[in-house]
Amino acid sequence: MAVAKKTQAASPAAARSASADKVKPADFSKEQELQAYRDMLLIRRFEEKAGQMYGMGLIGGFCHLYIGQEAVVTGMQMTLKKGDQVITGYRDHGHMLACGMDAKGVMAELTGRRGGYSKGKGGSMHMFSVEKGFFGGHGIVGAQVSLGTGLAFTNKYRKTDNVCLTYFGDGAANQGQVYESFNMAELWKLPVVYIIENNRYAMGTAVHRSSAQQDFSRRGISFNIPGEQVDGMDVRAVKAAGEKAVQWCRDGNGPYILEMMTYRYRGHSMSDPAKYRTREEVEKIRGEQDPIEQVRQRLLKNKWVSEDELKKIDAKVRDVVNEAAEFATHDPEPDPSELWTDILR
Amino acid sequence: MPIEVLMPALSPTMEKGNLAKWLKKEGDAVKSGDVIAEIETDKATMEVEAVDEGTLGKILVPEGTADVAVNTPIAVLLGDGEDASAIGSAPSVAQQQKVAESAPPSENGNSIHAPAIMPALLPQPTIAEEPDVPAGTEMQTMTVREALRDAMAEEMRRDDTIFVMGEEVAEYQGAYKVTQGLLQEFGPDRVVDTPITEHGFAGLGVGAALGGLKPIVEFMTFNFAMQAIDHIINSAAKTLYMSGGQMGASIVFRGPNGAAARVAAQHSQDYTAWYSHIPGLIVIAPYTAADFKGLLKAAIRNPNPVVFLENEILYGQSFPVPKLDDYLLPIGKAKVVRPGNHVTLVSFSIGMTYALKAAEELAKKHIMAEVIDLRTIRPMDTATVIESVKKTGRLVTIEEGWPQSGIGAEISARVMEQAFDYLDAPVLRISGKDVPMPYAANLEKLALPSIAEIVEAVKAVTYR
Repeated sequence: MAVAKKTQAASPAAARSASADKVKPADFSKEQELQAYRDMLLIRRFEEKAGQMYGMGLIGGFCHLYIGQEAVVTGMQMTLKKGDQVITGYRDHGHMLACGMDAKGVMAELTGRRGGYSKGKGGSMHMFSVEKGFFGGHGIVGAQVSLGTGLAFTNKYRKTDNVCLTYFGDGAANQGQVYESFNMAELWKLPVVYIIENNRYAMGTAVHRSSAQQDFSRRGISFNIPGEQVDGMDVRAVKAAGEKAVQWCRDGNGPYILEMMTYRYRGHSMSDPAKYRTREEVEKIRGEQDPIEQVRQRLLKNKWVSEDELKKIDAKVRDVVNEAAEFATHDPEPDPSELWTDILR
Repeated sequence: MPIEVLMPALSPTMEKGNLAKWLKKEGDAVKSGDVIAEIETDKATMEVEAVDEGTLGKILVPEGTADVAVNTPIAVLLGDGEDASAIGSAPSVAQQQKVAESAPPSENGNSIHAPAIMPALLPQPTIAEEPDVPAGTEMQTMTVREALRDAMAEEMRRDDTIFVMGEEVAEYQGAYKVTQGLLQEFGPDRVVDTPITEHGFAGLGVGAALGGLKPIVEFMTFNFAMQAIDHIINSAAKTLYMSGGQMGASIVFRGPNGAAARVAAQHSQDYTAWYSHIPGLIVIAPYTAADFKGLLKAAIRNPNPVVFLENEILYGQSFPVPKLDDYLLPIGKAKVVRPGNHVTLVSFSIGMTYALKAAEELAKKHIMAEVIDLRTIRPMDTATVIESVKKTGRLVTIEEGWPQSGIGAEISARVMEQAFDYLDAPVLRISGKDVPMPYAANLEKLALPSIAEIVEAVKAVTYR
């Protein structure tokens, strides 16, 4: 396990422990396991349905699915409180569902209908919910990192103890503005948790082909930002590390980096030739580390639920997703007059 | 009920593909997420995943089949307790497919019954008239620099969500001393020195605006804002639209724009036309200290992203400014600053210095030029220009920026569209020359517009 080591510096802030000892996975109660199971399953089934609807031509353009990475947003969301913010890039459906945004509104945005979160004008990569603290949905790789740092600036300016979770991938981690943001965030002690979702591939480029420093938790070292690697397939590990990072921010210590070791089962987008990795690699991770299966096995092993009860949960989740798909299929397209609205206030 | 598995589309443009390989055979159990087949097009290979659980009842399209149309049933999935005899009863996905077909596809735009020619420009907003300065108001002579500082200070006193950030805005008192004294009055939380990191702090500023604060982001010059232009356009200007009106950035990006003197190509570019191109932005480029003050205050209060273009050479110039507690001007309103009836001269920002001097020269030749200061570039007050052209029948535009796709090009297009019958001569554009700004003093002078060029252009359009 590689951990970020703090460089020696004279400032008192540098004396804090940043070796970031890996925390143990959280102990989940039955209720927490069930919540994690439901939340992750909703994302999985939603994304499968989105993939299917894309295949049917109901969803256009780009569509980036989150299947395989569900434990990351689900575990992190468990650490938040009212007023905290979440911002991410274009692979954003899972983040929105985790924030509690309505599956119908998300799916209808994917199909470009008036009932979508952006009235059909944003699409898969551009959705927002002020009410749920979700600030997008950004299509320019890495842009959300500066924006999320700005949201954290807002928290500091207003003297709240709120935190902004800023998600980005191993690909975005090579953008220059990420390091401009790291610098300002540590300089001004901004409450932002940078969550690097390392799913091993930036589109089709494996991490070892794109990154000189492949341990992304160490990317903050030259700015004195502590970081650690987390098993992003284990929702308990995500929650434990997330809690520690969020508390670090709430206490006024500045930013924190969490590198989530995760994996996406599906292509980068729907039109992915899948030539850059083997099916065996995908099947191995899916078979051995699936985040939902891990929770399912624990629930059964502890005899907290029966197979039948799990089937009932599955059916309920499927109903939510089917209802969303139904709505998104029949909801009308935006009125033509919407072309000219929401340009200026 | 058995479920049909359909040939999926890899992209909205795909119509058919090859069924390369079946990875499950008839009778195999299938879980949702299992890869059951591989399909190919000339562009890519894609795995077909099962979305539902069941048993692969029948393969309808064998592997190796080429040119299978999208949405063709390729297999039948059987649910719990069903056997192959159930195949042939109504498949539910096929029904969904019909629904999909009946839903109007958005790509081809067939569902929009638009007139043959759609208006391409955003309809002009109704702009309030400029309030008259009350008679007897004391006028105070001040520089553009002081007017800008006063505008920010007055607004910051009104609203504590406003803060200024940028390079050298605080302790250094502003690279061009525009933020002089703000640190002392408002403290370091509201007057924030940034590292040299334009891309980063522009993005941070937009994020703070999305979070509900009101940032004034100063660029030491707009030449450096090219590193930040992605956030100005993609993050600030487009978010309101992309969010369906839910979230937008109320933010001012300001700083000197265009050529200063003898700083050569990279430090001497006029970006007015660049930002003018973008729906979702407001672009302001005033000339007088009074307009700088009234419009900066209005920009700070505006709920939209505003690009506020200043000019280094104008900073030190003095103008009378009304001494009023709250001097606000309407955004989007041009001003006729010199009346005339022989020719219309339209300019903005430092271009006004050439236009006004040329008008004086022309007056000596008994050519009375009407001079219009656009002040706001977007939304552009076309009506004021058209009204003047209807009177004069002749138009010359003046700007320091390059000619191609410039502000003059835009004005001439609008006048041609809206006042063609009133024109007695072609519209002429005086602009910066189509070259990077040279360093040598003589070449620099040649690269910029001159009063002589304007006078010549006016003579040409008035046939004198």
